[in-house]
Amino acid sequence: MPQIAQLAETYSSQIFWLLIFFGFTFFVIGRGMVPRVMATVDARDAQIASDLAAAQAARDEADRQEEAWRTRENENRAAAQAVLAQAKADGAAKTEARLAEVQQSIDVRLAEAEARIGAARASALTEIEDVAAEAAQDIVARLAGVKVTKPAAAKAVKEALVHG
Amino acid sequence: MAAEAKVDPMHQFTIEPLGGTAGWEIAGYNIAFTNSALWMLITTVVLTLFVAGGLKRQMVPGRWQMAVETFTGFIDNMLEANIGKAGRKYVPYVFSLFMFILFANLLGLLPLGVVGLHPFTFTSHFTVTGVLAVLSFAIVLVVGFWRHGLHFFSLFVPQGTPLPMIPVIAPIEFISFMVRPFSLGLRLFVAMMAGHVLLEVLSSFVIDGTNAGVGFGLLVGLPSFILMIGICALELLVAGIQAYVFALLTSLYINDAENLH
Repeated sequence: MPQIAQLAETYSSQIFWLLIFFGFTFFVIGRGMVPRVMATVDARDAQIASDLAAAQAARDEADRQEEAWRTRENENRAAAQAVLAQAKADGAAKTEARLAEVQQSIDVRLAEAEARIGAARASALTEIEDVAAEAAQDIVARLAGVKVTKPAAAKAVKEALVHG
Repeated sequence: MAAEAKVDPMHQFTIEPLGGTAGWEIAGYNIAFTNSALWMLITTVVLTLFVAGGLKRQMVPGRWQMAVETFTGFIDNMLEANIGKAGRKYVPYVFSLFMFILFANLLGLLPLGVVGLHPFTFTSHFTVTGVLAVLSFAIVLVVGFWRHGLHFFSLFVPQGTPLPMIPVIAPIEFISFMVRPFSLGLRLFVAMMAGHVLLEVLSSFVIDGTNAGVGFGLLVGLPSFILMIGICALELLVAGIQAYVFALLTSLYINDAENLH
């Protein structure tokens, strides 16, 4: 086994050259190059992370804009509906008022007409009584030859009309 | 190798000084530039090219950059899962460790023998894996004592241990703690060596069986060859898994030091 057989004569050169070359590897590659490679990786990771964050922020901003637009839209719609309802209510109130007015005038004219009809009926009734009393006076005078006074005839006619 | 009658499965682990550097010394210690050091150099260069290719720093990554970022992200996630937020400062070390071992394992498996070169897997030497393990262990000790001071010794007393049990538990925990660098280094060394020896032994079956005649070639060589293809795929898997296990255990040990229970 050369590793043991040659140990005494080669160990110093093995150790010497290993320290030289591994030292070079450590100081030039390990300390010099690896941190720069890792810095590149870190920079890329940071870049990706910041890009993602920016994209997320833009997305949030868009969501916020949409939300604001939606709120505004809803407000506008509510306002329009309020105006509509107001106009409807106004129209209804106006119509109702006009209707009430017309109804009132109709009522008045109805009452007037009824009063006129009542008056006409009353006057017609007295006229009938007058005519009936005169007729009764006449009939009594002709049949019985008795002169009946006008108030008495009128009284009799009224009784007859009442009992009828 | 095919020309030799006998294939030595251990020969691939032999260390040879290259280009007359056998005599190089510092303070009496030999530092010859060996084939092992050459493959460490190749590993380092390939790894540097690989990571540098992913350094374009584009916001939208290309394939290469994506591959490099996958590895750093993998180590980063592993440390974060095991240690937490504080794990990030260990990414340079654990990444270097993982990639260095992974590339060493994979480069050592390259079938360069076909074109006459001999790939050398330096992670199959416990001198190398041991140094890496000791490095990880030293970091654990330094971080542990730095952050917790002498309180770090409470690592040897698991939470909720009854008082009379402490004298028994503490030495066991201490031993298991001290064994960590050995298990860490030996695991990688053994796995890599075993795989390469197995491949070499199977290849010797193929070569010797075929040399022995058509009958033996069909009886021994062909099944061995098919088995070898499967073992090659398995070795690729092992190369990745062993690098992962080394990095994972290192991060677990650092977690002990960082968070202390």
